[in-house]
Amino acid sequence: MTVAVNRIALNLRALVGRSYPRVVGLQREPSWLLFDTVLPLLGIASYVYIYHGFFAGSEGPEAAARLNALVGFVVLGGTMIAFWLNVLWSMASQLYWEKEMGNLQLYMMAPMSRMALLGGMAMGGMFMTGTRAVVTLLMGIWAFGVVLVVTNPALILAVFFVTLIALYGMGMMLASLYLLYGREAWHLSALMEEPIFLVSGFYFPPAKPLGRAVMLGAAIIPATLGLDALRQLIFPTTALGADVWILPPETELGILLVLAVVFLFLARQSLAYLEKLARREGRLTSRHQ
Amino acid sequence: MSSHLRTFKLAAWLGWEMESNWTEPWLFALYSVVKPVAGAFILVLMYLAFTQIQGTSWSDPGNQARFTFVYLGNTFFIFVAATLFGTFQVIQADREWYQTIRYIFISPMSFYTYIVGRAASKVAVATFAAVITLVFGVGFLQVRISLDPWNIPIFLAGLVLGLLCLVAIGICLAALSFLTAKHVHGLAEGIPGLFYLFCGVLFPLSVLPGWGQTVGRALPLTYWFDLNRRLLMEPAMLNMVKTNIPGDNLTILALLFVSTLLFYVLSLGLFRLGEYLARKAGKVDMTTAY
Repeated sequence: MTVAVNRIALNLRALVGRSYPRVVGLQREPSWLLFDTVLPLLGIASYVYIYHGFFAGSEGPEAAARLNALVGFVVLGGTMIAFWLNVLWSMASQLYWEKEMGNLQLYMMAPMSRMALLGGMAMGGMFMTGTRAVVTLLMGIWAFGVVLVVTNPALILAVFFVTLIALYGMGMMLASLYLLYGREAWHLSALMEEPIFLVSGFYFPPAKPLGRAVMLGAAIIPATLGLDALRQLIFPTTALGADVWILPPETELGILLVLAVVFLFLARQSLAYLEKLARREGRLTSRHQ
Repeated sequence: MSSHLRTFKLAAWLGWEMESNWTEPWLFALYSVVKPVAGAFILVLMYLAFTQIQGTSWSDPGNQARFTFVYLGNTFFIFVAATLFGTFQVIQADREWYQTIRYIFISPMSFYTYIVGRAASKVAVATFAAVITLVFGVGFLQVRISLDPWNIPIFLAGLVLGLLCLVAIGICLAALSFLTAKHVHGLAEGIPGLFYLFCGVLFPLSVLPGWGQTVGRALPLTYWFDLNRRLLMEPAMLNMVKTNIPGDNLTILALLFVSTLLFYVLSLGLFRLGEYLARKAGKVDMTTAY
């Protein structure tokens, strides 16, 4: 007996189905509170105290204001790192791991769109990481006395979500590419931590020491512009001067929108290529091949 | 003893192959130094941003002393991150990714020694990365180091004790990994973060609040970092950054020896406990992918 299934309903179900384990699975383990909120805060605290160490001999209200601004930059940057790590380890590397666990063949045989599958992973990942990031941010604000000035909440939300879509779109694209490169994928993800923290300026105002031209090159990583725009909107006036920003937030939002569309398109293309290759070669999706 | 030695050798060889045989040697060498050098550059740019914002000069003696302090701390921290991760990730790598833990578990060898052997390859790579980072700092970033030839034995003894202490701490974490889901990246980020924060790696301990300084003074690695700086930094430079760590070099070495011994005993006990509880709960070969 053949059952007709509406394609949109099927893909929506796949999307919800793949995001479900990420939304529910980790919540069942209370250890996430320690591993994903308290421990990352220690890393953030280290960078906060580096600035405290740098400013150790400097006194006066001006130095204090500069230190506060830099601490705010670190707390926000440290929070955004959670999303970048999630994109690397739970999006880009995921298909490779699914292959190693033997699930990928099942995914390839199932009748839904593979984009729905990746979309579900992304939505689950955003929710999972978002929960942890909010806790880390709140704890960071509380522990280090960061003062946020929210002047344009709509623009902040727009920048935040478009940045996430662009980031996870990039992760969806990388997922197929990682699969092609096999074991090197793990190393590629490891390699994209510190160097990306560096060029995207997660812990310092990047345009200051690197210059705007370099930062525009680094804008291929959506976190670079997203973080810069969020910092501008959350800390509109800092003691660091006006030359710390890369571009106006509205322009950055526009570029991020373009990046989101481009990455999602490329994700679709690379997935189609992977699917074609998997069918032709007959081994790309099989475990230990 | 010979059985332990054979296990160690084979595990170290396995670890090295897993670590390096995915690519050409030159690419592996490049890969091994890109991460630590990028990590060092984050600090360089943070410091550059600080000097630009404050309107001070990089070559100011006080600034140079502070930067050398930070740079040396970061260089030796490469060992901390790599050794800890190299040790405790073995449980989850073999259990979750390669799913070989059940076969290793039932083989007639010491699982403890096997993990230490696997960690040895990471220590080797970390040594290479630390040397490159140090050479890079001296060659291009005006980091000034001077090691008195009479202090070389103390430096080497301190290095070995520090690494053994790290391996013992890593085994304690491996014992915890027996019972947890795939939190290896949380642990990899968080536990070194704990030492990064409280051991005065990148800033003098005096910058921390009182309770933080107390925690820092209770950790053996704080003394290890301080010993390395005392031996490598010029005395005039070291005097510009007050660390407030008491004791002479030999006292610190003795302290490191005692704490390494204590952590070794603790790691034996915790590893057995973790193994026993995981066996009892049927968690030895669980997979927790989602």
